[in-house]
Amino acid sequence: MLKINNLHASVEDKAILKGINLEVKPGEVHAIMGPNGSGKSTLASVIAGKEEYEVEEGEILLEGENIDELAAEERAHKGIFLSFQYPVEIPGVSVTNFMKTAINETRKAKGLDDMPANEMLKLIREKSDLLEIDKKFLSRSLNEGFSGGEKKRNEIFQMAMLEPKLAILDETDSGLDIDALRIVANGVNKLKSKDNAVIVITHYQRLLDYIVPDFVHVLHNGKIVKSGPKELAHELEEKGYDWIKEEVGA
Amino acid sequence: MSKYTEDDLREELKTKEYEYGFYTDIQSETFPVGLNEDIVKAISKKKEEPEWMTEWRLESFKIWKEMVEPEWANVNYKKPDFQAISYYSAPNSKPKYDSLDEVDPELLATFDKLGISLDEQKKLTGVAMDVVVDSVSVATTFKKTLAEKGIIFMSISEAIKEHPELVKKYIGTVVPQKDNFYAALNSAVFSDGSFCYIPKGVRCPMELSTYFRINQAGTGQFERTLVIADEGSYVSYLEGCTAPMRDENQLHAAVVELIALDDAEIKYSTVQNWYPGNAEGKGGVYNFVTKRGLCEKNAKISWTQVETGSAVTWKYPSCVLKGDNSVGEFYSIAVTNNYQQADTGTKMIHLGNNTKSTIISKGISAGKSQNSYRGLVQVSSRAENARNFSQCDSLLMGNECGAHTFPYIEAKNKTAKIEHEATTSKIGEDQIFYCNQRGIDTEKAIALIVNGFSKEVLNKLPMEFAVEAQKLLEISLEGSVG
Repeated sequence: MLKINNLHASVEDKAILKGINLEVKPGEVHAIMGPNGSGKSTLASVIAGKEEYEVEEGEILLEGENIDELAAEERAHKGIFLSFQYPVEIPGVSVTNFMKTAINETRKAKGLDDMPANEMLKLIREKSDLLEIDKKFLSRSLNEGFSGGEKKRNEIFQMAMLEPKLAILDETDSGLDIDALRIVANGVNKLKSKDNAVIVITHYQRLLDYIVPDFVHVLHNGKIVKSGPKELAHELEEKGYDWIKEEVGA
Repeated sequence: MSKYTEDDLREELKTKEYEYGFYTDIQSETFPVGLNEDIVKAISKKKEEPEWMTEWRLESFKIWKEMVEPEWANVNYKKPDFQAISYYSAPNSKPKYDSLDEVDPELLATFDKLGISLDEQKKLTGVAMDVVVDSVSVATTFKKTLAEKGIIFMSISEAIKEHPELVKKYIGTVVPQKDNFYAALNSAVFSDGSFCYIPKGVRCPMELSTYFRINQAGTGQFERTLVIADEGSYVSYLEGCTAPMRDENQLHAAVVELIALDDAEIKYSTVQNWYPGNAEGKGGVYNFVTKRGLCEKNAKISWTQVETGSAVTWKYPSCVLKGDNSVGEFYSIAVTNNYQQADTGTKMIHLGNNTKSTIISKGISAGKSQNSYRGLVQVSSRAENARNFSQCDSLLMGNECGAHTFPYIEAKNKTAKIEHEATTSKIGEDQIFYCNQRGIDTEKAIALIVNGFSKEVLNKLPMEFAVEAQKLLEISLEGSVG
């Protein structure tokens, strides 16, 4: 599904990613962990196509296609979804209206007509039930005045609506209490299938108790320095990141 | 990453043309340029006006000659040469039409291009419409239906002939001839416009609409609109405007007077899309408009405007809250892009007791444009318990435009309660990326954000207009984020 080869990326001439290699197959969940400033969020932004990030070297392949030249919206149309660490507010635009626009723009890009209103309503009802979202929530302005938990739940709701092939969850657990964490994780688990894949970016192991990864990668100083099974996350939780730093001699 | 950037988009936009910038080859009769007493008399004669009207015009002309153009607004432009303009231009056909079949086919083709099929308007939207091209009203639809309710809706020229008592009684009572330079000029040379009278207790069953179009080169357009809502009546009135693309600046100086008698309500909505000039700031319409309404007891006047066009806008739709318990509202979206300049806002004059006013102004600036809100809330010493709430929000795109707010408050009565809120924000790259990531491209993202920002005002527009207004916002701002 996703293949990253020797990816080097910089922002404002500062090198952040220094040779990332990663392969994610359909049906897999990958966790990317690492200390602050190791490049986790940058990796998410680069895959999603944020403009400020310059790819200096290497390539990102989605289902075999190099997506380097594609704009962020085109990548979204191809099924890449990023759950933001800090979702932005758009005053005056309701969650429903935002989703309607996102879905119809994606359909337009695929040469399809707008989704009929009744289908849209049905889909919204289905997905909001799945994530235990109150209907009133859907008519509120996007992320405006939302609590931390509401913002993250809304991200996962959008993921449910857009049904991406590859979902990247960037620090989805930050700012969540344990109940919200459980709801969000349950949502992600319900959306998982053998055809899609999830990359979970997190600083702590906590979320991985709920969304169980097939692989754990440790990112340090712009490189993946260690990969392993889910137990690696527990080891990190116990020992912290310092031993990894020592191990790689950084 | 080599990709389509905002710079590319901006470049593309420069070449994007104003959609309504066509010129229709209709034979017209146009007066020679220049303005003097003879021209004023000639306009009056051409329109077969009664003597009192001619006198009124001449008096206005005398007042105008003594006045100077106002310079206090936050706009810069080369002053028009008032002697280089033709003050009358009319599509050269029979002056009146009883049915659309008689209308010049070229003119009907024009309406098609504008997206107005009069027939469709009739059948589908239930909007009665008066169309003013250059200076003359060419078609008023739905006249019969309205007449059954006693509603008078016709061009002001007709009204001067058919209902002189009403016109004489009210014209110039809200906007006096000497009110300001452009109002005086309009009073002297106004060529046509719309007139509407709603009888006592009648609720007008449909939206009334006037469509203004400047077609001829070198002409100014000076419409005069007079709306009278008699006691306990209600009317919703719409106006829309477009003009061809021209290198020279065209002058539009209109006057709109609204009179809401006891317990009456007038809702007046405008979508102004005059040609704004090209990307370098060449050409475009100078839009100098005086709009004011008078509220008697328990009356209500609502102004809603979506201003996207014109090179220079100078416009302050106002309410004089004369009667006790009367209500004035002003909802505005003003968009400026490229080199456009807008100085717009409102005046709420509280004279009666328990009068209430609301001002919601949304200014959106892009490109190198300047967008100013200028508002006055005035409470007279005799007005007890006056209330005002004002909210002025500005949205900026890029680093080269400006947003300015000039709120004036003059309260001479201690019981007055006046609230003013103002915000300025910028469309953030983070917002755009968020939308992009959800599959929404940058243009659509801007439209979405702008629509959200303007929602409180868009919601005040009648349905048919709200859709058009949203589209206009999109067109006016495409690719303007920086």
